[in-house]
Amino acid sequence: MSAKTLFAKIWDAHQIRQDADGTALLYIDRHLVHEVTSPQAFEGLRLNRRTVRTPEATFAVPDHNVPTRDLAQGIQDPVSRLQVETLENNCREFGIRIFGMGDPRQGVVHVIAPEQGLILPGLTVVCGDSHTATHGAFGTLAFGIGTSEVEHVLATQTLTQKRPKTMRLTLTNTLGPGVTPKDMVLYLIGRIGTAGATGHAIEFAGEAIRALSMEGRMTVCNMAIEAGARAGMVGVDDHTIDYLANRPYAPKGKDWIEAVIHWRHYVSDPGAVFDRELTLDASAIEPQVSWGTSPEMMAPISGQIPDPDTMTDPVRQSSARKALAYMGLQPGTRITDIPIDKVFIGSCTNGRIEDLRAAAQVVKDRKVASSIKLALVVPGSGLVKRQAEEEGLDQIFITAGFEWREPGCSMCLAMNNDVLSPGERCASTSNRNFEGRQGAGSRTHLASPAMAAAAAIHGHFVDVRRL
Amino acid sequence: MEPFKRIESVVVPLDRANVDTDAIIPKQFLKSIQRSGFGPNLFDEWRYLDRGEPGKSCQGRPVNPDFVLNQPRYHGAQILLARDNFGCGSSREHAPWALLDYGFRVLIAPSFADIFFNNCFKNGILPIILDTQTVDRLFREASATPGYRLAVDLPEQAVTTPDGHTLPFQVDPFSKHCLIHGLDDIGLTLEHDKEIRQYESKRRKDYPWVFVPEEASRLGFTG
Ligand code: SF4
Repeated sequence: MSAKTLFAKIWDAHQIRQDADGTALLYIDRHLVHEVTSPQAFEGLRLNRRTVRTPEATFAVPDHNVPTRDLAQGIQDPVSRLQVETLENNCREFGIRIFGMGDPRQGVVHVIAPEQGLILPGLTVVCGDSHTATHGAFGTLAFGIGTSEVEHVLATQTLTQKRPKTMRLTLTNTLGPGVTPKDMVLYLIGRIGTAGATGHAIEFAGEAIRALSMEGRMTVCNMAIEAGARAGMVGVDDHTIDYLANRPYAPKGKDWIEAVIHWRHYVSDPGAVFDRELTLDASAIEPQVSWGTSPEMMAPISGQIPDPDTMTDPVRQSSARKALAYMGLQPGTRITDIPIDKVFIGSCTNGRIEDLRAAAQVVKDRKVASSIKLALVVPGSGLVKRQAEEEGLDQIFITAGFEWREPGCSMCLAMNNDVLSPGERCASTSNRNFEGRQGAGSRTHLASPAMAAAAAIHGHFVDVRRL
Repeated sequence: MEPFKRIESVVVPLDRANVDTDAIIPKQFLKSIQRSGFGPNLFDEWRYLDRGEPGKSCQGRPVNPDFVLNQPRYHGAQILLARDNFGCGSSREHAPWALLDYGFRVLIAPSFADIFFNNCFKNGILPIILDTQTVDRLFREASATPGYRLAVDLPEQAVTTPDGHTLPFQVDPFSKHCLIHGLDDIGLTLEHDKEIRQYESKRRKDYPWVFVPEEASRLGFTG
């Protein structure tokens, strides 16, 4: 048998049939559902008198709209409330398990699914959400879909898909001290661009990836979509298996032993051929900060804002001009001279316990700068929140002047009340710095939890390696 | 889904790269549980000078006269001309819903983001990829010539310019078939129900742990 990539192993094992033109019908093992991209799909089922084919493969959670404080009062915004209630009603009607509001396990869908042990190596996982790529960290094929496809999976437990190409990004050496998985993925996107991996499933490989914890790998895979990739993935190793042991929905007993033997097979075979290969030196990566309105507009903390006049590609040049005008920034400004109004630590990229620990370590025994209007910590899930409180991290944040909130997507996309005002500049651990993402006129700078925490303390970006 | 065969229409040139789905339809409109009605809020932050709210009528809102969609010469356009990586970002299908509701049936760009590209076909929108040089030329011509129209013929896979130039484009046969006939692909997939069932029962036998029993939800987290 010829050497196979991790991607090919999973794809081939899930292909039910293939049409002459190469379109595959893929079996889907896990379907995650949230309130924003699902109501129209359930409505479609009802209109066509269809049912959910495999409710046991489907798990739902409200996250995008949920408030992050005063939960006892429920959701005040009637439109948001209706959307969350619609999810609850749909789950009841179609027999789907839901981690509802008030459930201690509730949180951002991409944080809670791995936490519960729902994401296992070798599975296909989909969700009506582009950051589904997160789950590729487990040697899983996981990708985001649209609402029509959500309906398709609900009705058939399958998807018709074109086979993407494969790309391997090998990161040699290891990250330097103070440099995090977030910096790694921001750097990668800055290097290859937001369309750099369009049409490809990326496998992240190499020594630097092996050295990452599962949480770090999730951060990296999470943002594969920001490089345009269909999916991001990492081969199975001891970190993967150790993470899954004893998770609530992971196999137990004899099943566990059999599963682990099987999971070891979810790595690319030596000699497997990828459509594209790129090798980068992880030890050369510095902490990163975005300066524009696309995640490819990235600079190292030692750098400065680039000058559009020096760009040769006219499309890039005009994008950079528009971005700088929107961001209210001048070419040549040092990254460390960018003043910050607000700080957001959270999201499916960086709302896990290791992220909060990294931020707390920077914050400990320090105070948020007086120029900062709001510094928010929003744990990715109820269980992350509980764990952080057991470790006393909440007190570190609160003492420093941060607000400690309930779990949800929050200011990552500002669908609840956590919104920036026009013109406000935010150091954010989320994944998108698009125009208006954190509120109309909002200005987002993407960074790691440690870098965002340090910006809160100093009122501007600083190099965490120098603290 | 409305079948798609041929369209001839005015073309709107949207001269920006990496137009993301947050820009196509801002998040506050994602709270809707409907599939229609997003057209008036398409490109809301670029199109209007104030902030749009879900459920609020767009009648009488101050429009941004500089935004291309607001220029009278492009009214009624069904074809949108765009730059690289159109539709990147969030997977929200509200983006193609908004484009469709506004009246767009064809998008032309040098490249599209993957999820968005798929979502278009599911909603009767034809995304056409033409090479950068050709798109550049169309941008020049569409901006220079008021009333500039293109004819798009899906069965023939061709775009025709006003001066009679024919630009061929690729489209995968399955998507083309579904679009031309307005087919719902869930119905098509369910024709393979037997194969799906066979696959599923074999998978259950070989890897029982893939399927999560109901009682697992009561186990506490001990890791
Ligand atoms: S945290 Fe942000 S990116 Fe992640 S699922 Fe929520 S809104 Fe999407």
